[in-house]
Amino acid sequence: MRAQSRGVLPGFGLSLGITCTYLSLIVLLPLATIFTRTTELSWSEFWSTITNPRVLASYRVTFGASFVAAVVNTFFGLLVAWVLVRYRFPGRRLVDAMVDLPFALPTAVAGIALTTLYASNGWVGQYLEPLGLKVAYTSLGITVALIFIGLPFVVRTVQPVLDDLEVEVEEAAASLGARRWQTFTRVVFPTVGPALLTGFALAFARAIGEYGSVVFISGNMPMKTEIVPLLIITKLEQYDYAGATAVAVVMLVASFVLLLTINLLQWAARRRTAA
Amino acid sequence: MSIEVRNLRKAFGNFVALDNVSLDVPGGELVALLGPSGSGKTTLLRIIAGLEPADQGTILFQGENATDRPVRERQVGFVFQHYALFRHMSVFENVAFGLRVRPRKVRPSEREIHETVMGLLHLVQLDVLAGRRPSELSGGQRQRVALARALAVKPKVLLLDEPFGALDAKVRKELRRWLRRLHEEVHVTSVFVTHDQEEALEVSDRVVIMNEGRIEQSGTPEEVYERPSTPFVYGFLGDVNLFHGRIHQGHVNIGESELDAPEWAHASDQAGVAYVRTYDVELGLIRSGTSSLEAVVRHVRAFGPMVRLELDLVDGGRTIEAHVPRGRFDALRLGKGERVYVSPTSVRVFAQPA
Amino acid sequence: MTSIAIPRPAASAPRAITRATGESRAVRWTLTAIALVFLSLTLVLPLVLVFAQALSKGFSTYWQAISEPDALSAAKLTLLVAAIAVPINLVFGVAAAWCITKFDFPGKNVLITLIDLPFAVSPVISGMIFVLVFGAHGWFGPWLLEHDIKIIFAVPGIVLATTFITSPFVARELIPLMQEQGADEEEAAIVLGAGGWQTFFRVTLPNIKWGLLYGLILCNARAMGEFGAVSVVSGHIRGETNTLPLHVEILYNEYAFAASFAVASVLTLLALVTLALKTLVEWHQRRSAVESTETDSIPERIVA
Repeated sequence: MRAQSRGVLPGFGLSLGITCTYLSLIVLLPLATIFTRTTELSWSEFWSTITNPRVLASYRVTFGASFVAAVVNTFFGLLVAWVLVRYRFPGRRLVDAMVDLPFALPTAVAGIALTTLYASNGWVGQYLEPLGLKVAYTSLGITVALIFIGLPFVVRTVQPVLDDLEVEVEEAAASLGARRWQTFTRVVFPTVGPALLTGFALAFARAIGEYGSVVFISGNMPMKTEIVPLLIITKLEQYDYAGATAVAVVMLVASFVLLLTINLLQWAARRRTAA
Repeated sequence: MSIEVRNLRKAFGNFVALDNVSLDVPGGELVALLGPSGSGKTTLLRIIAGLEPADQGTILFQGENATDRPVRERQVGFVFQHYALFRHMSVFENVAFGLRVRPRKVRPSEREIHETVMGLLHLVQLDVLAGRRPSELSGGQRQRVALARALAVKPKVLLLDEPFGALDAKVRKELRRWLRRLHEEVHVTSVFVTHDQEEALEVSDRVVIMNEGRIEQSGTPEEVYERPSTPFVYGFLGDVNLFHGRIHQGHVNIGESELDAPEWAHASDQAGVAYVRTYDVELGLIRSGTSSLEAVVRHVRAFGPMVRLELDLVDGGRTIEAHVPRGRFDALRLGKGERVYVSPTSVRVFAQPA
Repeated sequence: MTSIAIPRPAASAPRAITRATGESRAVRWTLTAIALVFLSLTLVLPLVLVFAQALSKGFSTYWQAISEPDALSAAKLTLLVAAIAVPINLVFGVAAAWCITKFDFPGKNVLITLIDLPFAVSPVISGMIFVLVFGAHGWFGPWLLEHDIKIIFAVPGIVLATTFITSPFVARELIPLMQEQGADEEEAAIVLGAGGWQTFFRVTLPNIKWGLLYGLILCNARAMGEFGAVSVVSGHIRGETNTLPLHVEILYNEYAFAASFAVASVLTLLALVTLALKTLVEWHQRRSAVESTETDSIPERIVA
């Protein structure tokens, strides 16, 4: 859209003022405390805090489960998006609306529901335990919860791209002799790829910070199923503010790196397919 | 490879796109399917390609029934109006696609693929752009890539769906000539769909004019233009004026004037429509016989070799269009508001449909 | 603009992939079945379980759980927090969208990234930062203690944390929308003599109403359902600083499962209403988008 000179439309000063004031007070200032607090620690103290075995274990648990959950979501998210976009079946619109449930449902509700579902006497857990699959109170449970949380991110990112796919391109491939799966792997998938990657990154980013849906099912055993957000809370309750912020800084750095990656992916995708 | 279409019928819900259409395309011919939007030409093309199933009827390729064959087994090359190039692949890869997806047993070697592709790119004069992405090419270049891609698998039939529809007028003219030359070199049976009559008449060996799901006329460009068999064809090709009147024993009476219509010698007071091409008129400053129509000049557009005149008929008040050669116009020195007499030199009379 | 986004809705009619070039029927059915089974397991089962567990001890237990004083005060607090946080973010969102989309100035992209920031921060960290600022050992800790003002472990803290968490929703919805609409109509209004506020209410607002509503619905849902951040700042004081999600947690940790799920079911109903409203607004958005881009209604396939 055209660049506006400040002269014509009113309200620039007011709107910018409100925006900046709000951002500074509500967003920037509070966020700044993380860094000021962390600087209270010397480098060695900072380093030893974040490399403490318990902390490292929590990173492993959080990032590990988030990664696996994001991978599962990428796979099933693509499938769900494909079925929703390409196929017709009774209740399709309802199913489409339901995909946003993890986004609308309070995380605590999801947390207790999933825990009860996968506990040893739960609706699903009771069938899995005899098979040796203990879900509740293990990192598998954490992963399941994170799959729930991250699903909409992949589906909603991929859906628009699938929707925009020109039918003619697939027809062209067919006329050139390609079998259906060849058309999918050579033509459709590469086009959807960037969006899929973005969806993965979004699901991953959301998962690493997730607390409510995970804290019930994880069991919170230090070194085994303790997630980073819980560790931060524990440190806060012990008034170890500097320690808490140190751990948080690592999380923030990871989140920002992901944010950056997502931005780059979207920018690259825009360039590649600019018509 | 020849194409035979027999009694094809296709409906989309209540809309009948093709109504009992039959067509023969001899091998090696370049045929144009011409008609307005909704005439069924694209539907027909897509059914031939196998991109759309017919409700009824058969398609025969070289005498063999291909009606139920899936599109990938028909060996047709299809060129889309909006190119449908694979955006994430280079030009080279696009053209090579058809060769790469062949089953392992029949797949050519990498070297053979390279040769074939570069040969085709050379044919379409795009060899220097082999490494580029489609987004870096102009519309005309993209369509040439699409053509090369379709030809790479040595199709028996080439089908083009409004191939130049998305291009600028100038590029369209160039590519038109170019398609004709390509056809003369490669000699693949080709069918292309267009709504541009100039394109159809200029490029093809044969024109098939379609309207509302049916074939109106099929013949060489000269045939359909000079000897249109239905009012629709007459009106669709070239600019035409219509005159409503009454046919009676070899004449048609239009207002006070009377035109010859020898083919209706036995008609007796029938309603009719006289079709006169805009350039099949003679203009004069004085009345010349009973076939002259009096008119007043309303608008003159004098550019190019022909001058276009809008004339208001005195009798009835209708406006007709006349195209006269520059020289003739200059001789008459007609201006706005002046009186002139219009004599049709070639008339085709059809009975008024009931 | 980008990133950790509000999952964008896409629900549109399936493309007419012709039988000639689509997957075989068997493949379609299999894929659909797998997708539906996956979704049932992941989404539907937990949903059903909430209600089943809530009513497992009978309706009277259910009713008791959601009508006892602590539950009611939790509900009141939840509503209060939303009633404060949502309007604040509405004003912020509109202001931010206005200055970003109708004007050009250096640093616009930085601003957009800052607006996105709360999305990138884990809820727990979002709560933690306010503890760091207003907590007993925080920046203003001593000062607040002196003046006997409680922010952390009290309602103001909850409001602040919730406001932070939900700040991007309205802005993120409005910015792309208003960017697409441009500033032409507003300029026209100004030229015709309208004042700033008049222009906003008569020209801008009608154009953005569905996007605004959408953002508000999401903002509200998150404000009422937030758990992690509120958990950190609230102190879990029953009857005083518990929101509904926190109350659910407390009941659950006390093994009062039926009661916990009863309260959870209220939140779940809220979530379902949110989804329904969301779908409704999306439908309206699509309708107004179609109306404003009058295209030929004859599908390409039929135009021969």
